[in-house]
Amino acid sequence: MKKGLLFGLLAAVVAFGAGAYFGRSTKQDVVISSSTSGASYGGGFKAAGDAAEALKTAAASGALKSVAGPAPTNVVVVKNGESIQAAVKAAPAGTIIRVMPGTYHETVYIDKDDIRIIGVIEEGRRAMLDGQKKLNDAILYSGNNFVAENLEIRNYKGNGIMGQAGNNFEIRNNVIADAGVYGIFPQLGQNGIVEHNVVSGIADAAIYIGMSDNIHVAHNDVFDSVAGIEIENSRHCIVEHNYVHNNSGGLLAFVTPGLPIKTTIDVILRNNFVVGNNHANFGAPGSTVAGIPAGTGVLVMAADDVVIEGNIISDNKVAGIIITDHANAANITVDPESEPNSDRVSILDNVMLRNGYDTIKEVKALMLTEGKRGGALDIVRVGPSPGSCIINRHQYVTAGLGDFAECAFTNTAATSTYLLPPVPPRVIKPDERGKVVFLGICSGCHIYNGRMIGPPVQVIQALYLDNPQGIADYIAKPVKKRPDYPEMPPQDYLDPQTRLAVAKYMLDVKN
Amino acid sequence: MRRLAVLLLAVACASGAHAGTQPEITLNQRCPPGFEQTAAGVCELRTLYQFYDSLENRGVGGTRTALPPHRDGFTPQQIDLGRYLFFDPLLSGDGTLSCASCHRPDLGLADGRARSIGIHGEDAGRAAPTLWNVAFLQRFFWDARADSLEAQAAGPLYSPREMGNDPARLVASLNRNATYRRLFREAFPREAAGPVTERQVQAALAAFQTSLISLNSRYDRYVHGYAAALSPREIEGLNVFRSFVARCSECHTPPLFTNEQIAVIGAPEPPGRPFDVGAEATFGSPKLKGGFKVPTLRNVTRTAPYMHSGAFTQLRDAVEFYNKGRGHAVPKDMHLYLHWHITDPHLTEAEIDRVVDFLGALTDEAFTPVTPARVPSGLTPIGRPHRTAALSAHK
Repeated sequence: MKKGLLFGLLAAVVAFGAGAYFGRSTKQDVVISSSTSGASYGGGFKAAGDAAEALKTAAASGALKSVAGPAPTNVVVVKNGESIQAAVKAAPAGTIIRVMPGTYHETVYIDKDDIRIIGVIEEGRRAMLDGQKKLNDAILYSGNNFVAENLEIRNYKGNGIMGQAGNNFEIRNNVIADAGVYGIFPQLGQNGIVEHNVVSGIADAAIYIGMSDNIHVAHNDVFDSVAGIEIENSRHCIVEHNYVHNNSGGLLAFVTPGLPIKTTIDVILRNNFVVGNNHANFGAPGSTVAGIPAGTGVLVMAADDVVIEGNIISDNKVAGIIITDHANAANITVDPESEPNSDRVSILDNVMLRNGYDTIKEVKALMLTEGKRGGALDIVRVGPSPGSCIINRHQYVTAGLGDFAECAFTNTAATSTYLLPPVPPRVIKPDERGKVVFLGICSGCHIYNGRMIGPPVQVIQALYLDNPQGIADYIAKPVKKRPDYPEMPPQDYLDPQTRLAVAKYMLDVKN
Repeated sequence: MRRLAVLLLAVACASGAHAGTQPEITLNQRCPPGFEQTAAGVCELRTLYQFYDSLENRGVGGTRTALPPHRDGFTPQQIDLGRYLFFDPLLSGDGTLSCASCHRPDLGLADGRARSIGIHGEDAGRAAPTLWNVAFLQRFFWDARADSLEAQAAGPLYSPREMGNDPARLVASLNRNATYRRLFREAFPREAAGPVTERQVQAALAAFQTSLISLNSRYDRYVHGYAAALSPREIEGLNVFRSFVARCSECHTPPLFTNEQIAVIGAPEPPGRPFDVGAEATFGSPKLKGGFKVPTLRNVTRTAPYMHSGAFTQLRDAVEFYNKGRGHAVPKDMHLYLHWHITDPHLTEAEIDRVVDFLGALTDEAFTPVTPARVPSGLTPIGRPHRTAALSAHK
């Protein structure tokens, strides 16, 4: 299914549309709303407790600029010819790694917290990660509070920057070109900023927010890719002030079925330039984006509570905005747990020019049923989207929007950000950690008062009495003590504090 | 550990003849390893993963990500009764097979076969999945047709191609056995006045299975902060595994190494086997034709052969399948809605080797359950030995 995402059920839609059109006797009255004086969108994210207070303060002062917490004071410098990964490996959590201009052929992975990789730009020369079309990904991170800035990333096969479950991330001021499937791809994380990046030549989405919460995507320049910015199976995202041009599809808000997190809810797409997204679709066969009709400005599929406001959407040849569901996307699988419709889409004031001048034939057929001749199309809706609304509809050329109500709000000014203040790290009390380590690891061989693989805890208590450090030292480097028991494997992978915590737990435990 | 199990098995076989002189079977009063006994007397799982969070509490993510919600809170007695039932061939229609026949502690809680074999020697149609970490799962069977361990139990127990029992015979045989009556009263004290019920059997089996925890592999040690737990080759493999070229971790997502979704990957059937429609039948959805639940990869080196019907005897072949081209094994005349992550990744031979290296770091069998020396029926624990020598040779 390469040609079009849409229209598995087109015949049914056309029949329904025709009935609706011919049954209507008079032209709708023009309703004019002012986006500067009406009610404001309340937003869909409710923070609790301290976070709510901090959020209010931050919102009042403009916007949150940082989610990764205070900058670490430990700084190391990587020079051309050295390895960024070696620096990451050596760095304790809480390190800024400054990367000097030069060329670095490596995959950098970060599985610890509070690491910042900050390029140094000298007279326009950046630290460039060059995958030479041999390496898979430039940066893979799973730690929290990760920051990547000022880098240039080229010629990778997988992703430019990919995150798996890191929270509180900041990805900014990077230039990413021809970097594989996704340029910037944070996945399964909460609270992140993607801003001021220049991303191009990407075979799927240049910026792809996948299964994430509370994400801010702003001021990016995104072009020559199959999809510009994609918000997929994510909640509470704002996409604003981006320049999205010459992709096959510009801005996408999707629910992709078959993923473990099932919803896309509360996405604000505002004040973006979505211009001339007519690039031939070079998405990989079988990929979801391969089904996007080249020439799509904004595409909403099965996402709920999407607000589209203040964008300049022009020169997208199929349509400025397409709203659809899973049933009309023929190359999409089914998922009994995914709700397939785009519920409550709100279209506020947007500047829409010269869209839909060369649309696909299925859309033309739909327009005909509404007595529209084609040649221009700003907004088309195919498939159910209950609860959707629009203001000042008279200014757009539309198809399939007959049941859209007037919106109850006209702007999103009251919702400046969904970002959260940096969440302090969770404090784990040593005794709690000691208990969990004992039960999770040691209990495979030791029980309180019986023989398993190793001697009973009671016996160990009698031996060590008030000497937990003795146990902590022994388990790091055990020696064979008892002829009737196997030698204990070293537990040196536990850090000294954890070993001591386990030892204390073992001496204190009563049964 | 395996040697211990074998030893116990030998003891069990030797002791069968003098069952009458043995001390009576009693239930463990302590929780199994990995569990804390609470003040209320129930067993709750403890793992370092509880110190982490996960997005939307779904238990999928990266390294330091919390696990999905899980089942626990059974009593030690319920868990231990479940263990006796699990190993007792009394549960099959003719007393030859137990749950452990196809979920053997010495074979990764699977059975080393391409497809399991029922009481009359029938091909059961699909491979026995491992039971490690089933406490975290929401759906059971390759085609996701059961939504609880209790519902799942009815499948193999009553299938004529598997254990060939029926509910009436199952409950009757347990109620005829004085030892079981005593153990059930102890495990379910509030229902002690009544006979053994099918629901109790399912609850005890579920209790035991939720104690099968494997979360302390070398990979886990790496996650919890010990960078040297993985060798450079394994880290290389981890990075291929989670890269968006190979995309393994998109479905085999940490920390369980499954996202528990249905995926249509277009895996082949072994030669001569008809095509298995999988989840299409469960959900009545042609788009899910050939779809199966993503299996966990924990202890995967212990659970050959691979795929739903055992098409691959070697782990490397199973990994290489994903590198051979999208849909290359789909029957010519068939259209499948292949998963979007099934691509043509063009991994190098070395990269495939590294992924296999990494998968070896997911092994942890420290909490392997002890096979009882005797079971209340007096039958040989586990039951009829299978001819697994040929397949085990591959491991």
